[in-house]
Amino acid sequence: MARGYKYYEAVEKNAALLGILIFVAVSFGGLAEIVPLFIEAHTVAPPPGVKPYDPLRLAGKDIYVREGCYLCHSQMIRALRAETQRYGTFSVASESVYDRPFQWGSKRTGPDLARVGGKYSDEWQRLHLVDPRAFVPESNMPPYPWLEEHKLDGADIAARMRVLRKLGDPYTDADIAGAPKAVADKTELDALVAYLQGLGIANEPAKEASK
Amino acid sequence: MRAQETYNDQVVRLFLLAAAVWGIVGMSIGVYAAAEMVWPSLNFGVPWLTFSRIRPDHTFGVIFAFGGSALMGTCYYIVQRTGHTRLAFTGLANFTFWGWQLGCVLAMVTMPFGITQSKEYAEPEWFIDIAVAVVWVSFGTVFFATVARRRIRHIYVSNWYYGALIIAVGLLHIVNNIALPVSLTKSYPVNSGAADAMVQWWYGHNAVAFFLTAGFLGMMYYFVPRQAKQPLWSYRFSIVNFWALISIYMWAGPHHLMYTALPDWVQSLGMAFSLILLMPSFGSAANGLLTFNGSWHLLKTDPAAKFMVLALVFYAGTTLEGSILAIKTVNSFTHYTEWTVAHVHFGAIGWVAMITIGSLYAMAPRALDQPAMHSRAAMELHFWLHTIGVLLYIFSMWIAGTIQFLMWRATGPDGSLSYPFIDSLIAIKGMYAVRWFAGVIILAGMVVMAWNLWHTAAAARARLIKPIPVPIPEPEPHQAPAPLPVYG
Repeated sequence: MARGYKYYEAVEKNAALLGILIFVAVSFGGLAEIVPLFIEAHTVAPPPGVKPYDPLRLAGKDIYVREGCYLCHSQMIRALRAETQRYGTFSVASESVYDRPFQWGSKRTGPDLARVGGKYSDEWQRLHLVDPRAFVPESNMPPYPWLEEHKLDGADIAARMRVLRKLGDPYTDADIAGAPKAVADKTELDALVAYLQGLGIANEPAKEASK
Repeated sequence: MRAQETYNDQVVRLFLLAAAVWGIVGMSIGVYAAAEMVWPSLNFGVPWLTFSRIRPDHTFGVIFAFGGSALMGTCYYIVQRTGHTRLAFTGLANFTFWGWQLGCVLAMVTMPFGITQSKEYAEPEWFIDIAVAVVWVSFGTVFFATVARRRIRHIYVSNWYYGALIIAVGLLHIVNNIALPVSLTKSYPVNSGAADAMVQWWYGHNAVAFFLTAGFLGMMYYFVPRQAKQPLWSYRFSIVNFWALISIYMWAGPHHLMYTALPDWVQSLGMAFSLILLMPSFGSAANGLLTFNGSWHLLKTDPAAKFMVLALVFYAGTTLEGSILAIKTVNSFTHYTEWTVAHVHFGAIGWVAMITIGSLYAMAPRALDQPAMHSRAAMELHFWLHTIGVLLYIFSMWIAGTIQFLMWRATGPDGSLSYPFIDSLIAIKGMYAVRWFAGVIILAGMVVMAWNLWHTAAAARARLIKPIPVPIPEPEPHQAPAPLPVYG
């Protein structure tokens, strides 16, 4: 038996000590990497063009999240030539400061969407979401026809904005009060298209309304 | 005369049954999702059948429902045997079973209806997260209380891995799921953007580390020596690997975010630790394999041993692949491609599923009061179905991933991109079909296992099983707690 083992032996025979040492051992990595990032995240202000999502695009983002689009589409253009050539300028951290949760993704069964805004017309986006293979016969993207059938709930969007304000997103009272009007008579498809058309355009809403 | 204490194998049998059922459920959903990637019309325009809605059901179903049930069942089995003691808190142990099943059912039912946080591998919404946390703390209570009343002073190494699993996964689950609810079905995480990405992959990576690695290593360290009928090759080596593994793994999370908008220093740190991680990973695999020294002839006769040996080979393979994929340059090729899918299944159906199946085949007859599994031929068949399925799966996805990264970055002489994105999808459609077929074969193997377990459990179903008495050493005041009553 090696010298010094007698000290270690105490750990092998004491469940509480073992538990505490495990906790200590697993804590270092997270602390060393996450704490500095938090400090950094609080010092980086969003660039001038980046505003929190307007009510319609917020609804669209939450539909994107609900449907699980992130499982096949990334929103993170890496700083590699082949990527910037295909998708546009590389993504930076400040672009996603209002994304809860972040939508960088981990897999591209379909193309990256970080800068898809404005790349296709609103009408193309609408028809493509309802029946992707009408445009691209070889595509394996699922159709999302039910988005057309569901209307948005303005009170729900306002409630979501209030929660986001609690988390630090700079919505004003006027923003929240205007939410029901902004999404009145809009369908989930309208919202998702508005969200997609805003992606990468300095995080601004799409220039022309969908109708 | 003192009352005779017996092992609580009732709850172990319940988890065994749950693991067999969830294995089939989770893998069936995987097979269906794989079919949708080849034949997208299988969505039928139904929201809850759509690929993007059911994919989390597949991952949650196999990792937490199947893997979780197998982990908790084997943990309860092992902690009793290695401590010569009955499981503490019989009622709470039963609660962990029913609570875990309820949590899994709730998650699996809500996610296809869009009630999801959309954080990979942490999709269930906040109220399920809270329920899962309660069950997890109860699991930890039962486990540590059982360890505390053990009659063998030394804590066997398997229990360390299970202890690390419980502590680390509890920590990860809670930190990653901190969110502010809007309603019962919607919440927003407190972190956003890059900070959320970092926390999410610290969780996602270490769910692999502690759920899919540490827990299953605990299983391995008990059942491999048991099945090989040999002592562990080096006990001290298992301890060195334990501390190295749990402390290094936590640093490697950023390798999921190479070349993204995460600060460069974090990426480099993640890469460095991912490379160091190869050592404790290989150490554990080698320790398990070398334990078979002197017993290699068992591979001719014992399918459970075959599952274990191949699981360890796949473990070595997938950790080697993982470290290589974490090198930034390599990662710039493989990230976002099917190569990632190949890697995760190399680990999940190669290492995790095979060590689980081997351990279940080793544990089931003992927990079900039988001399052996009902059919050895069925175990043999399962082994070959599973092995061929795994190999077809990972090779098809390696090929698909390679085609993708080559086509995505191919340029012509004028510097322009050679292929539109859709061409890369068309090129790998055949590989998607092969992958679906591989899934069918693996699923068929799981059905064979369920059939075999069902027949092995005939006595248990007829309630003819006599509880196994705990071997209690001569009373020594500090290590012989009074026997626990049998109830429930």
